[in-house]
Amino acid sequence: MSGADVWRLSATALAARVRAGDLAVADAVESGWRGPAAAWEADVHAVAHTDPGARAAASSAAARDRRTAPLAGVPVLVKDNLCTTDYPTTCGSRILAGYRPPYDATVIGRLRDHGAVVIGKGNMDEFAMGSSTEFSAYGPTRNPYDLGRVPGGSSGGPAAAVAYGLCPVGLGSDTGGSVRQPAAFCGVFGLKPTYGRLSRYGLVAFGSSLDQVGIFARHAGDVAATYAALAGPDPHDATTRQTPAPDVSRWDRGVAGLTFGWPANLWREGVEPDVVEGLEIAAVALERAGARRVAFDFMPGEYAVATYYLVATAEASSNLARFDGVRYGFRHDDAPDVRALYTRTRSAGFGPEVQRRILLGTYALSAGYYDAYYLTAQRARTRIRREYEAAFARCDCMLMPASPTLPFRLGEKTDDPLAMYLSDIFTIGANLAGIPGLTVPVGLTGANGRPPLPRAVQVLGPEDAEPVLLAAGRALEVGGDTIRLGAAHDTEFAWPTKR
Amino acid sequence: MAYEAVIGLECHIQLATVSKMFCGCPAEFGARPNSNVCPVCLGLPGALPVTNREAIDAAIRLGLALGSTIRDVSVFARKHYFYPDMPKNYQITQYDRPLCEGGALPVRIGDATRSFALIRVHAEEDTGKSFHPERHGDRQVSRVDFNRAGVPLLELVTQPVFREPAECAAFLTALRRLVRWLGISEGDMEKGHLRCDANVSIRPAGTQALGTKSELKNLNSIKGVEKGITAEIARQERVLASGGTIEQATLLYDADHDKLAVMRSKEHAHDYRYFPEPDLPQLAVDAAWLAAARERLAELPWTRAERFAAEYGLPAYDAGVLCDQRELADYFEEVVKEADPKKVSNWIMTEMLRHLKATQRGVSDWARNVPPHHFAFIIRSVETAQATATSAKSVLDEVFANGGDPASIYAERGIRARSSSDELLPLVRAAIEENPGPVAQYLGGKTATLGFLVGQVMKKSGGQAVPQTVKDLLEAELARRAAAR
Amino acid sequence: MSIDREDVKRIAELARLEIPEDRIERTARELSAVLDYAAALRRLDLEGCEPTVFAGLGAAGPAPLRADALDDVRRLTPETALAAAPEHEDDAFLVPPVVENLNP
Repeated sequence: MSGADVWRLSATALAARVRAGDLAVADAVESGWRGPAAAWEADVHAVAHTDPGARAAASSAAARDRRTAPLAGVPVLVKDNLCTTDYPTTCGSRILAGYRPPYDATVIGRLRDHGAVVIGKGNMDEFAMGSSTEFSAYGPTRNPYDLGRVPGGSSGGPAAAVAYGLCPVGLGSDTGGSVRQPAAFCGVFGLKPTYGRLSRYGLVAFGSSLDQVGIFARHAGDVAATYAALAGPDPHDATTRQTPAPDVSRWDRGVAGLTFGWPANLWREGVEPDVVEGLEIAAVALERAGARRVAFDFMPGEYAVATYYLVATAEASSNLARFDGVRYGFRHDDAPDVRALYTRTRSAGFGPEVQRRILLGTYALSAGYYDAYYLTAQRARTRIRREYEAAFARCDCMLMPASPTLPFRLGEKTDDPLAMYLSDIFTIGANLAGIPGLTVPVGLTGANGRPPLPRAVQVLGPEDAEPVLLAAGRALEVGGDTIRLGAAHDTEFAWPTKR
Repeated sequence: MAYEAVIGLECHIQLATVSKMFCGCPAEFGARPNSNVCPVCLGLPGALPVTNREAIDAAIRLGLALGSTIRDVSVFARKHYFYPDMPKNYQITQYDRPLCEGGALPVRIGDATRSFALIRVHAEEDTGKSFHPERHGDRQVSRVDFNRAGVPLLELVTQPVFREPAECAAFLTALRRLVRWLGISEGDMEKGHLRCDANVSIRPAGTQALGTKSELKNLNSIKGVEKGITAEIARQERVLASGGTIEQATLLYDADHDKLAVMRSKEHAHDYRYFPEPDLPQLAVDAAWLAAARERLAELPWTRAERFAAEYGLPAYDAGVLCDQRELADYFEEVVKEADPKKVSNWIMTEMLRHLKATQRGVSDWARNVPPHHFAFIIRSVETAQATATSAKSVLDEVFANGGDPASIYAERGIRARSSSDELLPLVRAAIEENPGPVAQYLGGKTATLGFLVGQVMKKSGGQAVPQTVKDLLEAELARRAAAR
Repeated sequence: MSIDREDVKRIAELARLEIPEDRIERTARELSAVLDYAAALRRLDLEGCEPTVFAGLGAAGPAPLRADALDDVRRLTPETALAAAPEHEDDAFLVPPVVENLNP
């Protein structure tokens, strides 16, 4: 491979070259910028903030201290809601315009400790509230496979960047599907780990009991390597699990003998045929690799959506109370008293979707409505958790769509909040139950009068089933030779075509 | 119509931990503004709380001391309201599942001990401080300092068990003593370590139904609590007497002017939107932790006072004074190993406490210069007639001021008790010769003058003469002179 | 409709948001649509379902606690603490005056 093609490498292959001394850290880090970004970034707008000086400084530090680390020289675009000292952290919101945190999120520190270099901040829906990355105060991100379509959201920036080749790994956050759905729309792997496996310290909170940092990569092995670097207890996050994280080093062990659930009742209606076809392809590939299909009916996703939009908004209304124009971020300059300061700052600083969710959450927690909404939702959450427990008593993992649709057009759902919320119908359950989920690309659709679009499935497992999910993801990644998968072996990927 | 008041207290106890409730910033005072802060207590985006075990241990010990039930699983909750000194615009506190429930605080009022029942004790975080608006160019601004934000507090809520303002003051005094005894707080109301709000209502005497209550804030001394509640009861009585009705309201007490100001009425009541804090999994207290806390608790002040009375034969009052501070009770028990308990108690209550009060110093300062063994030596020296009380006290003064071994000071100065008439008679005679005026007065029937003459002899003896002997000798000598006239 | 104009005004005030008069009606409709959808939960049998507060509670166990020790690594200097403040002076954050005394 010529130097110009370094950006095509997987993270593990790239790090191996850095460790071997065949590739300078700075060249590894800048490979995406020198390569595909020049063609793509202006149109896709995956990056909210970057700075060549900060990249150079971080590259020098990594070259000096971490040249032999597992992720040595791996460039990573991280979602703009992870606190970084070397780039602004704005959560796609006007209210945090220009804000530069005085500390790094725990996962950012661990990336650095393992030799990776943060190359900038990925664009996102404001405060991670959205499923299309259209609700960013800094403009929308577009899907590299069709610039007229959304990359999914809310972590659309890192997902699109990994897809077009800016970097092999991205970090997002997943509160109701914000990693898995954009991964599906952009044709990359997207892991939402078990709740409490990746520290939330330094992740700007949306729904604290649902939020997890997630990982984007073009290859299953890169997801595993990044997970191994980041997962584990954090003394600064009391909700991290105190036991050591599951060992994912055998991510390519295969799926022989595994059982996967097949809740086909969920896609009998309301799911696009291309998505259903992707599920069939994946099931066949898993069976050929030695796994066994277990068919059963599963609770419809509507309950999870209803539960989610009460719990997540309640927590969000509380978490976003701190944005008040006193200590950081935007302040409305016409405020004669402190009450006016709050109201004007927040009304001008938050976009309409964020305000809508704050209002909804405030209502769900307010006197007289708490029992009917918030408490009922938390009880429903228990019920949903039990549904998953029962399902996983019958199988090792479960196949599900990551989204009921292929990537939709920009503007298609921005005026209908409920329609937008329903695009998370298959991803929300994992957040409510605290279980891990992995989006696995299963190639591109046929042309049908539009550009081929990525198609994906989601693999869900019980708590700490990350090794199982990665094994299934890997099996689908290599199974492509025989079953029309676009994405194939280690350094090959179904790259988007620039039009 | 005669009314009776029904009063409940809500007390906040600031814990004397090293670090804050949910982060490792110093919980100390007086630092440069906004220097004891970190992402957590400043409420920066992304920061998360982690609970300070020692603060919970303090809450458990207070709960155990009060006989509360300690929940094996309790839950932190968020309480929402917007205020500039609230970094997150919510406070992490406890709501429907507090750490400690029930219990009571025994309080000695006059000769009786009353037990005041509690509803709960829970742990929470303090707010920062915002200051009164000041002029800033052409407008007003308030300054905000977050050093105090996140300092651990315990909230203690009583049942509405008080009828008299004085009972509230006695309760707070006893609570202050207890938190100091447990070593969990400095308990100083003036410094805000102990804060108190009162819920006050009145009802016709003899009736059971509760009246509408008002909430009284800004009671920042024990005296202020008593005066503020007294003023509020009087206000409510005036309202009812003039045919009005009591509105539910929050009032501020201005101690300087003994006045009440309405802060907000019910229409502006808050909707705090409590819900369980999702950043903190449930707080579990297992049997081993409880046992360790009980171990650390040691003997409680009121139990110890009873034991002092029984074991050492002390009056209840003395035992109470000795058990006012844990260090003092400990010190007493060390000294009594080598001296008579009643005498030790007297020396402590008269000499030691007088010195400490005059010098504004504490028991530990005293014990540093006067270790129990030395104090016992001095007390014993009087009992064994080795020294007079006067010289013993002067040595004690010196040892407290400068330290040193009293035995060597006695030896150096040749301190001993002088009681032989051979030694003292020349001094008695000299005093009589030198003070003809007082002597004449005494002989003229003004016997009170004798004390002056005794003092003169004591002075001549360097404080070593035994006063009773001096008195006897003086009386005899004066009688002889009267007879000789 | 689950939410009317008065509800919108009340919760907007609680949340310190200002909804322009011409948007109140629409906001009420949008919020009601979600709440009406959430009414589906009433059809769910929740007998014996205690509320879940923390995902993964069963395996994750109780909250880890912190020793009472100083953490000087995370502590900020006043300069850093104030660096992002819209307005500050002499080590203090500055805010417009608090006219209503509403601190509970």
